[in-house]
Order: sequence, then C-alpha cells, then structure tokens
Amino acid sequence: LDELDRQTLCLCLTHTHTPFLTCFNSYLPVCVSGATGSGSSLIHVVRKDEDIYSPILRKLFNESHHIFVGLQTIREDLPSKNKKPQFVSISKSYRSVIRACMEELQQVAVSTQDAELATQYGNQVSILLAIELIWNLCEVLFIDAVPAGSLLLHLLDWVRLHKADVDEKAREVLQSESPVEHHGYWDVVVSYVLQGRLEEARQMLAKQAAQQYADKNMYKLMDNLLSKMPVYNPGSIHTLTEFDVKWRHWHEEVDRCLQDKSFASNVHLELICKILVGDEDTLLEHKELLSTWYHFLVTRLLFAHPTIKPTELHYYAQSCMAMFLDSRSAPETLDSILLAAFDFDIHQVIKDCSIALNNWWFVAHLTDLLDHCKLLQSHNLHFGSNLREFLLLEYASGLFNHHSLWQLAVDYFDHCPEFGRVYLELHIERVPLDTERKALKVLRICEQRQMPEQVRSICKIMAKRALRNNRLGSALSWSIRAKDAAFATLISERFLQDYCTRGTFSDLDLIDNLGPAMLLSDRLTFLVKYHEFHKLYGEKCFTEAAKLLLSLITAKIAPRSFWMTLLTDALPLLEQKEVSQTHPHLSLGLYDLTVICVFWSFQEEDIELTKVELLRLALARNLAKAIVKEGTVDA
Amino acid sequence: MESTNAKYVSQKISKTRWRPVSSSALQQPHIFATGSWDNEDNKISIWSIGDHGLPGMEDELEGDPQLLCEYRHDGDVLDLQFLDQDRIVTASSTGAVTIFHHHQNSQTISVARQWARAHRNPCDNAPCTGVVCNSPEIVTVGEDGRIILFRADQEGAVRIIENADSNSIHAVTFLRTTEILTVNSIGQLKLWDFRQQSSSPSQILSLTGDRVPLHCVARHPNQQHIVATGGQDGMLCVWDVRQGNTPFSLIEAHSAEMWEVHFHPTNPDHLFTCSEDGSLLHWETASHSDMPSFLQGGRNNSMISRSAMAPAGGNQSLISAWLAGDSGKGRLETTHMLPSQTLSVNSLDVLGQCLVCGTDEEAIFVNRQVPV
Repeated sequence: LDELDRQTLCLCLTHTHTPFLTCFNSYLPVCVSGATGSGSSLIHVVRKDEDIYSPILRKLFNESHHIFVGLQTIREDLPSKNKKPQFVSISKSYRSVIRACMEELQQVAVSTQDAELATQYGNQVSILLAIELIWNLCEVLFIDAVPAGSLLLHLLDWVRLHKADVDEKAREVLQSESPVEHHGYWDVVVSYVLQGRLEEARQMLAKQAAQQYADKNMYKLMDNLLSKMPVYNPGSIHTLTEFDVKWRHWHEEVDRCLQDKSFASNVHLELICKILVGDEDTLLEHKELLSTWYHFLVTRLLFAHPTIKPTELHYYAQSCMAMFLDSRSAPETLDSILLAAFDFDIHQVIKDCSIALNNWWFVAHLTDLLDHCKLLQSHNLHFGSNLREFLLLEYASGLFNHHSLWQLAVDYFDHCPEFGRVYLELHIERVPLDTERKALKVLRICEQRQMPEQVRSICKIMAKRALRNNRLGSALSWSIRAKDAAFATLISERFLQDYCTRGTFSDLDLIDNLGPAMLLSDRLTFLVKYHEFHKLYGEKCFTEAAKLLLSLITAKIAPRSFWMTLLTDALPLLEQKEVSQTHPHLSLGLYDLTVICVFWSFQEEDIELTKVELLRLALARNLAKAIVKEGTVDA
Repeated sequence: MESTNAKYVSQKISKTRWRPVSSSALQQPHIFATGSWDNEDNKISIWSIGDHGLPGMEDELEGDPQLLCEYRHDGDVLDLQFLDQDRIVTASSTGAVTIFHHHQNSQTISVARQWARAHRNPCDNAPCTGVVCNSPEIVTVGEDGRIILFRADQEGAVRIIENADSNSIHAVTFLRTTEILTVNSIGQLKLWDFRQQSSSPSQILSLTGDRVPLHCVARHPNQQHIVATGGQDGMLCVWDVRQGNTPFSLIEAHSAEMWEVHFHPTNPDHLFTCSEDGSLLHWETASHSDMPSFLQGGRNNSMISRSAMAPAGGNQSLISAWLAGDSGKGRLETTHMLPSQTLSVNSLDVLGQCLVCGTDEEAIFVNRQVPV
C-alpha cells in the first residue's frame, strides 16, 4: 500500500460499493488492517476506525445517541439549579452505558477461544475502564461541582468504584476455613481502612478480636477509634467548620494513642493507627494495596485534610503523584489527564483525551455535556466553530462512514448549529442506496430538513436506475417526485417510442392516474392526453376524441416525430360522419396542419407518400363537406 | 405499560415476528424472529423471552430477550414471515426468497430452500419487498413489479404475474385463500384473484388525486372486506373492498411513513401502527353500542374521516367499529407504546398480550402486558 499514492487509492475505492473511504481526510492517520506484503496486486480494505465495527461497541454508540438526543432537548430556560441534577443523571446514564459495554466485553474476552481476539477485547476493556474513570472524575469535579466536605465523599466513592478487587479478596478470605488465619486477612483489613470503609474494617477486626483474648483491650480501643471517626454529612445542620473541629479532636486522639504506644505490641494495629493519623510514609509503604497514585491521594486527604476545597486539590494531586511515582521517569497519559482534571483545566483534559484515544466518541459526548453545563469558555477555534461543535462534527463524520450507523450521525449534525447542515448535505448524498426503502428513509431525512437539492439528486439516482432496468413506470414516479421535468420528458419519450414499436401502451395503471402530476412536462402531458384520446376512440366517443386530438395538435405539445402518427389517427376520424357534419372547424384545423405537414414532408425524405396522399384526399373530401355544410343556410 | 426496556442488539432491525403459538395451547408467545438490514453481514435471529410457566426463573432474565440462534442472510431482510412452527420465509434485497428451518433441538438454523433471483431486473437486483404465507403457499412481491406464487415443496414458481405493477409493490397480504391484495408506490391497492388467468388485477382502489405511496396493508382477521393501509404521509386508511373506490376513513396517525399496520389477531378492535417518526401507536375502538356507530354524530378532531354509507341490507351486528365515519369523541383511543422518542420503528408484531418491535436505533422492545 505504500507504493500507491493517495490519489490512486481514492480512485480505486470509489469504484467499489463499500463506503469505507467516503471521506478521505489526509490529516487523519489511516490504519491498515490485514495488509499483506508489498508486491501483491490485491486491493486492501482500509479501515479508518476499527472501533465502530465492533458489535459490542456498537451498542455504546446507539445508546449514547439516545442519551445525547435527550440531553439536547432539555429546555434552556430552566433555572440552573433545576438543571444540575438532570445533567448529573445524564452523566450517570452515559457512565452506566460504558459500564454495561465493558462488562459484556469482559465476558466475551474471557469466554473466547481465539487468543488474538481475547487480547483485543482485553485492550478495549481497559480503554473503557480508563474512559469511565476519567468521566467519573469529571462528573464529580465539573458537573456535580460539590463543595468542600462533600468533595471528599464523592472522591472516596470514585476510588471505591474503581478498586473492586478488595471485595473479591474479602470474599475469598471470608469463605475460607478460618478467615483470621488467611494470608490475605490483614491486607483486606488495611485495604478497607485505606478506602475509608471503616464499618467493614471493624467487622473484620471483630473476628480477630474474638479469638485474641490477650490483646482484647487493644482491639477494643481500635474499634473505638474506628467507630468514632467523624464523617461529614452534607445534610446535617452542622457546618463544615464544626465538622473540622470534631475531626481535629478525633485526630488528636488517634495521635495520642500512637504516641502512647498503645498498639506497640501488635504490628498490624499499629499500622492501622498510623494510617488513621495520615502518616504518608506508612501509606507509601503500601503501594501495592493502593496500586494507584490517585488512591494514595484520596486516602491521604481522607486522613489528613478531609475538608479539602476543590481549589486546593491540585497541590495535593501534584505532590501525591510525585511521591507515588518516584520510581518511574514520566507519568503515563492517564495520569496526566487525571492531573489536568484535578487542576480544573477542562480544555487540557479534552485535548489530552483527543490525542490519546482513537475514537472521538468520548471527547465529543463529554464536551457536549460540559458545554450544556456552561463550563466551557466559548473561544472559537480558528476554523470557525467552537470546540464542542468541532468534536461533534468529527465524531459524526466518522459515524457517517459506517454502513449502518450513519443514521445516528444525522442527529449529531442537527445539533451543530454552524456547520452541521453543510456537513449533512455533503454526506447524505453519498449514502449508498440499494433498495427503495433505504432511499425513502434518506429522502425523509432530506425533506424534513428542507434540502431540495439533495432530494432531487436522490430521486434522480433512483429514476436513472429504474430506467436502466426498463422499469419506466417506476422511473416516471421518481422523476415526478424529483420534479425533474427534463427526465420526465425523457421517460415520456421512451413510453411513446414503446407505443410506436408495439402499438399498445404499457403501464396504464400509472398513466391513467397521474392527476395533476402530468403537468410536470409537456411531453408527459401529451402522453397522458394521447392515451386518453385512444381510450375515447375505443369507447366510440368520436366527438370527444376528435376535440381532444384537435387540441393536442393546436396546443403544439406534440413532438414533431409524432405529427404523422397524429394525422394518421385523424384519418379515420375524418371519415366519421358526425365529425365532419357537426364539427367543421375540426376539419379546418386539420387542414391547416396538414398543409404545414405537407410542406414539411417535402423536406423530409422518409415520409410515406401514400399516407400523405390518403390524408390529402380525406382532408379534401372532408373540407368539401364542411364547406357545403357551412354554406347551407338553415331554412 | 411496564417493562418496555430497550435491548440493544448491534443491528438495525427491519422485521420482527412472533412465532405462532398453536391455538390449542393457550400460551403467550415467547419466541420471535428478527431480521436485520443495512449491515455488511445481515442476519436472521431467533430470540426467546423465557417461558412464563417455568418456575424459579431469575427476575433479571424475565422479559429480556435472549438470543437462541442466528444465521447469515444475504442482503437486507425486507420481509419475514413464519411459514409454520419451524420454518421462516424471508424476502431479501437481492431479490431472493429463502425458507429457513429452525431446528429447535439443536437451536440451529439452516436453509431449507432458496429461490435465488426470484425477483430480478435486467441490470440490477430487484429487492423482494413483501412475502406472505398460507402454508404451503407463499406469495412474494418486489420492486420489479412481479407477483410470484410459490409452494414450499416445489422447486420452481407455481405462477408468475409479470409486470403486475408499473411501479414497485411494497406489501402483500391474503384477502381470501385465492385472493391477495398488494399496495404500491403510487398509492394503489390492487386485488388479485389467482383463480383467474389474466395478469391484471380484478380491482384497483386508490385515493383519487393522491399518489402517496402505500407501505403496508393488513386485513381484519374476522371481516375479510375490511383492510387497513398505511403510507408515506403517515395516514391510516381503512377500506371496505366490497364497495367504493376510496377509503372509508382516513386518520392522521403519524408524522412520517407508516411502516407496518396490524390488527390484533384475536381482538380486532385493537390496531397497532409503527412509523419512521419513531412512535408505535396502539389504536383502540370502543366496542359498538346498540346504535350502529355510523349513525352517531360528532367529529373527533384527531380524525379526518369520510361519512359512511349503510351497507344495503347488511347484518348490523357485524358492522365493524372501524368503518365508523363521522364519529363521536373518544371512539378511538390512541396510546404511545414506547417510553421515549427513538429513531424509526421499522416493524412490530402482536400476538396475545405480547408485542415486539424493532427500531433503527438497533433496539428491540418487548411488552408482555399489552392491554387488549
């Protein structure tokens, strides 16, 4: 593929019907799947975005589309205090969708036999985990924007949600023969304490206490300390300052226990006491239990600064990360994103995520939600739209390349006020139309948004296809829908040609029932009226037929090639008595036209002279009768 | 209206159909089939919503469709019908008509028979748009304007009506065992009698002056002359095929194409429609009172209707509530069956108290407590 230059690649792929590269954007990297060695003459299928083809991730796109549309319809005029809970609940819906996807991917990753597939699923699971982690933090810090006091509680929830292995270990320990002798017992207790789950820690310790008669008092003391730790209650009548005072008292008590060496004989209880007092070195000794620097951060805050304010977070975040990661040289992408979040630098978060992830889904939806919360300063990007719109447009364009998910993209474009419409107009014309049903759906989208150009072009495509397959009725219906007079003329010509060759009309159910649509094109009107003439003649309503024929001739909507046919049709009529006797002007009219025709026929060479002769004879006879009739005075 | 949660299935659903339950067993249906469209690999799938009778079933499984088996389908599934308990006939966008066999013991699907280019055009594929079965007969229609009669056990077609329609035929249904009704893209309802040898319809009905394409047609289960159609403008029309050339009543049902209309098979005072505008409506007529409904006055402002004529010497107790002309308020109750706005609802099926529908948002909704 390296040998082909980009232009050639474009050309190759536009001739297939698969819409993989309908928008070849030379700025975005192209990822090749299934590439074989160079020198092969095969055309490779190039996929820009692997994720949208995964069946499980598709559910993510569909469900989040539903949530997105619901979000856009929240009324703007509600006061912001009513809207915040709605935004939080929408954020939670998005997250639950991510979780559901993650669980399903996890199940499939475990159960699949294919090792490569398992790794791929595993990668997707870890990406989704990271995404949910970031989103959750953004929800706590930006969308919910809780004040000091509650902030720590939310952060604790955040950490607990993402460290589920504690429960597994606890289960394992509790289900063993003798939990207190299980090698993981103390790890579980310490993990509970680190996560602030003191009730559960107390329950676990109670098991130990029941068996240790010697240290009974120590365990009682520890239990006492654990039970008395103040936890901030947002709904209570006590203010944050009061809570702070209470907490300091408790902290001093714990410190005193440590100074008094009350737990000196039991190394585990001493450890727990040190953690409770917030000793950093102790915490750092348990990196494996904490496993991440942000867990370390939250634990440290819990036991040292529970009344932390949102604005102070970033100092602690910086230092915690530095302390935790001193062995490694540079922080990973996820770490810097989280740090930017603690910094309340929303734009940095979005920017880093855009770079790190290969799909615009996350940044598009998160930015949209943040924009609704009025958290993004609207600085315009230098290509005219703001950040939210840019990301949504990118995401939706990616969706439009998908053979099935393009329908979702339409709604995203609808909610991009600046460029959405233009993007939609360009994309919608390129959706491949295999069946009429799909064409009707696309047309509905265009008509709802008043895009007459696109409607015309789609109808024309369908009309041409029908014409190619000799489905003239269908082609005519499509050109009427497109209001395409030129094409309707073309098809009417085909109908007339068919009549000339076969002698009968086809598709009468259509032609008879056109109604006002027949006025679209002259040729079409002529076709309908000409058939009507034949019907009248067949029903022996000669007078009506004659009148119609005359009007057809005089209105000059008949094509020249048809004049001879018309005049030939007029022949038998002229012989009819009632015509010549009651409608002399018909004869005169026909006479006029015949003169023209005869002059014309001297210039054309392929006119049957016998016909012309017959006509002239009939006309002359008729004219004679007419003149006589005209001249006769009624007595 | 509870438990109508969406189940996302990673494929746009074009058709859903309940497997028929044997009339002797008074069970609720629990197995349905779906067909997908607009995918690179389309599939037909068979789902189960669990048996009501099974004891000790976990609550979370109840009502949530579980996939039993699926099979690759060439082309979009444009129509799907159960031929009998084990066999499904599908109409494909490639023009093929296929009979699939569902092996219940092994929960697999295999192809029993296929007519590969049943509907075709000279240059391109002609999608087969509709299929209807009356075992063992199968009638299919397509965009090529052909009507084809097959028998499940015969290799070739029994009868082909070429050029039955100058435009695409969108749907077909049986009126009687030997008569079918088709609707096409110029708003015409055509009646065909297979006992006649001619290739022209025995009757054509249409809304005069209106060429709005019709997409679906359904026959009243008990009264064979009453037919409902739905079209591009979302209008629900109820016709009496015995008389007149125009529909009996017109109701503004939806704001976009109506894709399917179904009378409830055992309780035909209930009608269900689904549409491109993302809604699924349940229509319920009040049961007819002593006075024939068409003699009651008044006008329901959600209906546009034409006045009805009393059928000469007709048996008044059989007059259907659907043929009410100008009717009083509250005669027709409408309920939205889906919890919130979605993309197009492409298909629905109702049997007993169970309703299933599929949407373009790749979701299936199942409701097991439809109030009928």
